[in-house]
Amino acid sequence: MITAAVEEQQNYLNAGYGLKSWLLTKDHKRIALLYLATITFFFFIGGVFATLIRIELLSPHGNLVSSDTYNKLFTMHGVVMIFFFLIPSIPATLGNFFLPMMIGARDLAFPKLNLLSWYLLVIGGLFAIFAMVAGGVDTGWTFYTPYSTTYSNTWVVATALGIFIAGFSSILTGLNFIVTVHRMRAPGMTWFRMPLFVWAHYATAIIQVLGTPVLAVTIVLVAAERLLHLGIFDPARGGDPVLFQHLFWFYSHPAVYIMILPAMGVLSELVSVFSRKRIFGYSVVAFSSVAIAVLGFLVWGHHLFVSGMSLYAGMVFSFLSYFVAIPSAIKVFNWTATLYKGSISYATPMLYAFGFIGLFTIGGLTGLFVACLGIDVHVTDTYFVVAHFHYIMVGGAIMAYLGGLHYWWPKMTGRMYPEGWAKLSALVIFVGFNLTFFPQFILGYLGMPRRYHVYPDEFQVLHVLSTAGASVLAVGYMLPIVYFAWSLRYGKLAGSNPWKATGLEWTTASPPPPHNFDQIPVVTHEAYDYSAVIDEEVPVG
Amino acid sequence: MGFRLFPEQASTLAPQVDHLLFFLLAAAAFFTVAIFGAIFYFAIRYRRRSDRELPKAIHGSVPLEILWSVIPFGLTMVMFTWGASVYFTGRSAPADAIQIDVVAKQWMWKLQHMEGPREINELHIPLGRPIKLTMTSEDVIHSFFVPAFRTKQDVVPGSYSTTWFQPTKTGKYHLFCAEYCGDRHSGMTGWIYVMQPEDYAAWLSGETPGATLAENGRKLFQDLACANCHKPDGSGRCPALAGLFGSTVSLADGTAVTADEAYIRESILRPAAKVVAGYQPLMPTFQGQVTEEGVLQLVEYIKSLSPEPKAPSQSRDRQGAVRNP
Ligand code: HEC
Ligand code: HEM
Ligand SMILES: [Cu+2]
Ligand SMILES: [Cu+2]
Repeated sequence: MITAAVEEQQNYLNAGYGLKSWLLTKDHKRIALLYLATITFFFFIGGVFATLIRIELLSPHGNLVSSDTYNKLFTMHGVVMIFFFLIPSIPATLGNFFLPMMIGARDLAFPKLNLLSWYLLVIGGLFAIFAMVAGGVDTGWTFYTPYSTTYSNTWVVATALGIFIAGFSSILTGLNFIVTVHRMRAPGMTWFRMPLFVWAHYATAIIQVLGTPVLAVTIVLVAAERLLHLGIFDPARGGDPVLFQHLFWFYSHPAVYIMILPAMGVLSELVSVFSRKRIFGYSVVAFSSVAIAVLGFLVWGHHLFVSGMSLYAGMVFSFLSYFVAIPSAIKVFNWTATLYKGSISYATPMLYAFGFIGLFTIGGLTGLFVACLGIDVHVTDTYFVVAHFHYIMVGGAIMAYLGGLHYWWPKMTGRMYPEGWAKLSALVIFVGFNLTFFPQFILGYLGMPRRYHVYPDEFQVLHVLSTAGASVLAVGYMLPIVYFAWSLRYGKLAGSNPWKATGLEWTTASPPPPHNFDQIPVVTHEAYDYSAVIDEEVPVG
Repeated sequence: MGFRLFPEQASTLAPQVDHLLFFLLAAAAFFTVAIFGAIFYFAIRYRRRSDRELPKAIHGSVPLEILWSVIPFGLTMVMFTWGASVYFTGRSAPADAIQIDVVAKQWMWKLQHMEGPREINELHIPLGRPIKLTMTSEDVIHSFFVPAFRTKQDVVPGSYSTTWFQPTKTGKYHLFCAEYCGDRHSGMTGWIYVMQPEDYAAWLSGETPGATLAENGRKLFQDLACANCHKPDGSGRCPALAGLFGSTVSLADGTAVTADEAYIRESILRPAAKVVAGYQPLMPTFQGQVTEEGVLQLVEYIKSLSPEPKAPSQSRDRQGAVRNP
């Protein structure tokens, strides 16, 4: 084993200074940090929009902003959070940084392509920001036609172009991951010795590569329709407005798995390390990721149950949606079983992991409600759906992202974050989150439609609760930004393996040297074999 | 209307949806308690007591994996079947339903009763009778949502969608547009008034009926000069329209189609799309010359020319009988 980093040792951070050394870097670790900065920025912008939305909804009469502005706020909130924050979040930061290290590679297969991916995200983001500054866009993140193609007179094409370009960033990242996993594994790193984080990213990459081009085509059609009036979606010219919804969800349902699969990968790492156990049912968990990636392509129609789709199509999509729910459930059961007879630590990343399991369970179970035809008719396009996907995407994916960030922070920076503050942040986020989004389930079942600027008075109490929760949540999210920054200078030195974890990334210095490993490791045991890192055995009671 | 945590039940469908909800809530509660309970128990029971602890590795268990795949799957299949059957009920309108036409536009609901009265953002209906809506939009997609009835259906431009409900309680209920439709989406709301049948009858007669929907349609048929081509006896080069609704029409391309509302609408707005076998595509399009409400009136008029078959399924081939090109 390699011993802890000596201060003066060369690492990827001190390997070069100056803007150029960052903007032209080919080091996957530096690119990961570029992404980290970029998506944090977008998270902040999306957060500002969310704050304004929640403040507006304190009152049922819509007296803070105009309807027009309100519509732009929720549209830009969705666009920024989904396409510029959540889709790149875990894969482009933690995945970029650790996928190569976990399989014992010196970099991704195509380092220049990796840098290009980041530039594409930035350029796409600039288009989106341009659209926002120039006047905004008001179609909803879903861009439903014919509103988006014929009726909206906001910056639809500029925003769509931004998403189009960012989509290529996602495709190229996926491509890079697939090739890296196939070609760059260290000697002895067989498929079934790979950490589950890698499996999850591999499954994600498949979706990115196969699904995102459909989004690109759809966006081109919307732009073409807006600019050239082709009549693809315009009923007055014989087009079909609902066709758009099929195309859009053919990508966007799989895209929800682009957002959650990497989070599931992070979770497998956290649960294993902080209970010091091999993941229960390793291969089942690995294959369930692939199953989700494949089945995820067959259920898009569950977003169209009230669109006038045929009765039987509705039934098929409902049936298949239940099918895809099973692999997710299996993962939760396996994580829970991993804790059995483990040695469970309450370090911050594990608190986030517990938070994830709790919130993802609720999000997933409410997925069963919306997949149920009889219930979805009532709750679709209400706050119930808003609560469902926030439980998964914010409660689940962001919890896992933050948990992963805390877990790998010592490796990325060489410093520990302050444990007390970090535990507090996990708690505040968990409480704030539930207070924000749980009332929305009730609101939704009561019939409160989503995307409403003005609403009947009887819904106000629940909206006020939700806004109160959102302010707690905002504090929770600010905390890590502050103490992570603080730790860069004042955090205590981490050493190469503070958690006694088994991944190859923990065998090298913190922060890692520019080429990750002084010598390419040779793998002789499976992932999560803790007998390799813990010398003295104390049995668990 | 004060604060509440559960919506009112005011249709025959509502209790069905709510029972289904309670079943799902029970299942969800079971799994939540089981998972949360196990996590809390393990986390406390097996908390780390020394940093040198090394628990024994457990690889997994095939029987357990099968158990916790098969049981949830079985349960979801109950959800699926039950949910599908409620959905089926919600989509199959009884034959004796009162018909109401709905035209949505940014940002209002226009509703027409067959007897003639037209309403905006309000709909008066009698208690205890099934109501069937035939809906279309003049611009973007909207969605007709009445939470107290647990019904929702998108209203799509360029086609007809239908939904139905049977109110079980008199009162005043929210009508919302549930599909985002632009600037004043949240202002596209209205009220459904469920009245005792007598009150409804009184309301109807008080609404200065003037003409029924079909009569308005006949007037339009004259004004738009449809009647110049379409003669009641089918003379000239145009088909007669009596008996059309509900029948099976053979088309020039060799296929056949049932003449329902959507077909008639298309024949008026995009006549070239489906040309009747044996006729030339002479009919001009009326796109832009007649509103969606007008089209619905024409449809109603053409329906009234076929006295007997109400539902399109009882189709009767009138080829040869009326036509002799
Ligand atoms: C210039 C003469 C002309 C005028 C005016 C005209 N139509 Fe037609 N219509 C036709 C012809 C010819 C056909 C048969 C060919 C076809 O299907 O396009 C037809 C077909 C139809 C059909 C389908 C009939 C079937 O048997 O399937 C309907 C319904 C119809 N017209 C309704 C109308 C209405 C309503 C109007 C007035 C708004 C109207 N038409 C005006 C010539 C006309
Ligand atoms: C556990 C299995 C899941 C099932 C069965 C499921 C089912 C559904 C269904 C049926 C809808 C449509 C609801 C409607 O619009 O009426 C929906 C909406 C949604 N779900 Fe899920 N879901 C699941 C998991 C997920 C995951 C993992 C994510 C994200 C990471 C997610 C994100 C979303 C989003 C974003 C929407 C709404 C999009 C919109 O209309 O804006 N879901 N889900
Ligand atoms: Cu989906
Ligand atoms: Cu609307």
